Amino acid sequence: MRGATHARWAACAAAAALAATACGGGDGGGSGDTGAVLSSSWGDPQNPLEPANTNEVQGGKVLDMIFRGLKRYDPETGEAKDMLAEEIETTDSQNFTITIKDGWTFSNGEKVTAKSFVDAWNYGASLKNNQRNAYFFEYIEGYDKTHPADGGKQTADTLSGLKVVDENTFTVKLTQKFSTFPDTLGYNAYVPLPQSFFTDHDAWLSKPVGNGPYAVDSYTKGSQLSVRKWDDYPGEDKAQNGGVDLKVYTDNNTAYTDLMAGNLDLVDDVPAAQLKNVETDLGDRYINTPAGIIQTLAFPYYDENWGKDGMEKVREGLSRAIDREQITETIFQKTRTPATDWTSPVLGEEGGYKDGLCGDACAYDPDAAKKLIEEGGGLPGGQVKITYNADTGSHKQWVDAVCNSINNALDNDKACVGNPVGTFADFRNQITQRKLSGPFRAGWQMDYPLVQNFLQPLYYTNASSNDGKWSNAEFDKLVDEANAESDTATAVEKFQQAEEVVRDNMAAIPLWYQNGSAGYSDRLSDVSLNPFSVPVYDQIKVS
Amino acid sequence: MGRYVVRRLLQMIPVFVGATLLIFLMVNVMGDPIAGLCGDRECDPATAAQLRREFGLDKPVGQQYLTYMGNVFTGDFGTAFNGQEVTELMGSAFPVTVRLTIVAILFEIVIGITLGVVTGLRRGRPVDTGVLLVTLVVISVPTFVTGLLLQLLLGVEWGWIRPSVSSDAAFDELIVPGLVLASVSLAYVTRLTRTSIAENARADYVRTAVAKGLPRHRVIRKHLLRNSLIPVVTFIGTDIGALMGGAIVTERIFNIHGVGYQLYQGILRQNTQTVVGFVTVLVLVFLIANLLVDLLYAVLDPRIRYA
Repeated sequence: MRGATHARWAACAAAAALAATACGGGDGGGSGDTGAVLSSSWGDPQNPLEPANTNEVQGGKVLDMIFRGLKRYDPETGEAKDMLAEEIETTDSQNFTITIKDGWTFSNGEKVTAKSFVDAWNYGASLKNNQRNAYFFEYIEGYDKTHPADGGKQTADTLSGLKVVDENTFTVKLTQKFSTFPDTLGYNAYVPLPQSFFTDHDAWLSKPVGNGPYAVDSYTKGSQLSVRKWDDYPGEDKAQNGGVDLKVYTDNNTAYTDLMAGNLDLVDDVPAAQLKNVETDLGDRYINTPAGIIQTLAFPYYDENWGKDGMEKVREGLSRAIDREQITETIFQKTRTPATDWTSPVLGEEGGYKDGLCGDACAYDPDAAKKLIEEGGGLPGGQVKITYNADTGSHKQWVDAVCNSINNALDNDKACVGNPVGTFADFRNQITQRKLSGPFRAGWQMDYPLVQNFLQPLYYTNASSNDGKWSNAEFDKLVDEANAESDTATAVEKFQQAEEVVRDNMAAIPLWYQNGSAGYSDRLSDVSLNPFSVPVYDQIKVS
Repeated sequence: MGRYVVRRLLQMIPVFVGATLLIFLMVNVMGDPIAGLCGDRECDPATAAQLRREFGLDKPVGQQYLTYMGNVFTGDFGTAFNGQEVTELMGSAFPVTVRLTIVAILFEIVIGITLGVVTGLRRGRPVDTGVLLVTLVVISVPTFVTGLLLQLLLGVEWGWIRPSVSSDAAFDELIVPGLVLASVSLAYVTRLTRTSIAENARADYVRTAVAKGLPRHRVIRKHLLRNSLIPVVTFIGTDIGALMGGAIVTERIFNIHGVGYQLYQGILRQNTQTVVGFVTVLVLVFLIANLLVDLLYAVLDPRIRYA
């Protein structure tokens, strides 16, 4: 939107006026009305609302309310806990026997069985169904037949590695050892599906049926989705409120204004323009908690300038020329935290996050930066262009800030410039067609809270999100070893060793960890965000 | 008259084809949209190829366009990336935008023409200068500033309206957004009417009418207004299309899920079928509005004949 920047000053001008009306914070506490419904901001999901087809937060939010899978990530710690899984057994980290709990049904009364899972997974993995998240099943044996990588004809509709043993048991055979496989099963792509999904697909899409604490009450595509508490929900995490009305907002500024006016209970994405005055507006009804998102700058290793030896010094120099503290404070008002490793604090120490793993290479030091870049042979062509997509987020602001920081550090106002690309699709195309000749924005939002998810998809040779095509045998070897390791602590250690390889080569420059932010009305209490920056709806109390 | 209308309708065909082709090419030039559907990772090539086939993106552009137009004539406008039929999107978006446009046009007609007549007849008086100044301010302040300020004042500060419009978007909710949308055009309509009235007020036929002893209101309505409204009607007619297609900013501010929103979404996601579908309908709206304006001339001034 052309007016966004101007809108900001208008919003700021109005902020002073707003502050006067901002009501004091403080929640009612105590018990809420378990029948009351809250309203929450939402964005229009990009893809059809199918579990294996949803790869962005807005659709994921809904799936998270109406589905429960084998595992569920603890909203507070992110730990993968058994939900429908009675137990997941393995002796070799490659063959798993999964037993599901009795007594679970879908909200239409159908029983959740082993078949509900196997059918759903087969559907997700089958090429003809166009599921964008199909690759989540790639470790299961037979994936290459249901989803030929070369786009050829699929020779099977079902995964040979999945077998239903009896009503509550099925087995999974993987193509390789993958010790943390059970912990990935909390992801939305792995939820069970009722028969109606397959028999009357269109009807299901217009009113999805799942097995979570909420059931869809009505769905008007593009404007509102209402879920209501499902009274017969068998799980422990019953909804503490009567339901949620998700309202689509095209602009999060409007959602915020609605919250201020008392027409909306919860905003889970506070616009950057409002961060300055959110504390005065909302008091303690504003939360800002770490989420599993990291922003980095990736490099095109297919470009001979960046791929050659000695360039790691230049990359490290660039890293040291970025004043992360200042940028996160001035632009993001502390809703980002300067990164000191390549993972995320939400993993916790035990999960593989290591504060300071990056060491000096991520510390701001203009003199060292200058020296390192000179030692490495200077910037290729005398200038770096940071490519980013300008259509969403506040990428422009931070890219410009990063460039200013680099230019100041190097005493050269042409050392770094931003290179905006109009749309996200175009940005992705330039990346996949290897057209980039300089660093580019690389954001990563975790799929599941495992250190593996922050490293393997991004830096392993030819991995799906390894956009810079970085390749390092040492790193690959360590990741393979870590995946085969059945003892978690040792596996995490291996991953950290692999991460050190990333550091020594400065494969990508870590910038900052992103927080999730939310604001809510005084009707609500017990509002929190999970490590995926999604509100934990079922725990919210409404008075 | 009938032959003129038929001729005009036939002229629409090349305009229509040209406009749709241009839009089609423009969106296509932006590149392959499929890459944007997989988040921050490379689309799995097999799925991407399958999606391309499904949306017909694997064919040459010319063939894509012909297929698309062929489908349009059977009422099939294709599918958006989220699996919704484009016709379904239109069905939800156009009624809302049409309502918003009606509100805006009514504001333009009622307030704009009234103010125009009042100031046109009182040239140089304080009321004239005042209105001129106000319209100048309105024209120079961008829509989003007016919109955001009204939203904050009326919606948050005084609580007279809801800052956002509900998904029903009934007429009463659209009053403030309609006023914001109309504001700039309203100022133009006022100034146009004023100039036109001021010019014609000195015309011979007005003097004659006054000399005949006709009552003042009759002179203004029958003689003066009828002749003065021709440029104004032209402006309002072309404005209908402009308002419908250009409500993006207003629709975003007040969270109205109309044409502007769908177009914006379609452009961001590079969804050719959505953008072309909506623009096609907008082109039709423009053309028909223009035809109506031309036919209205004849009603306003019988000397204009389309034989």
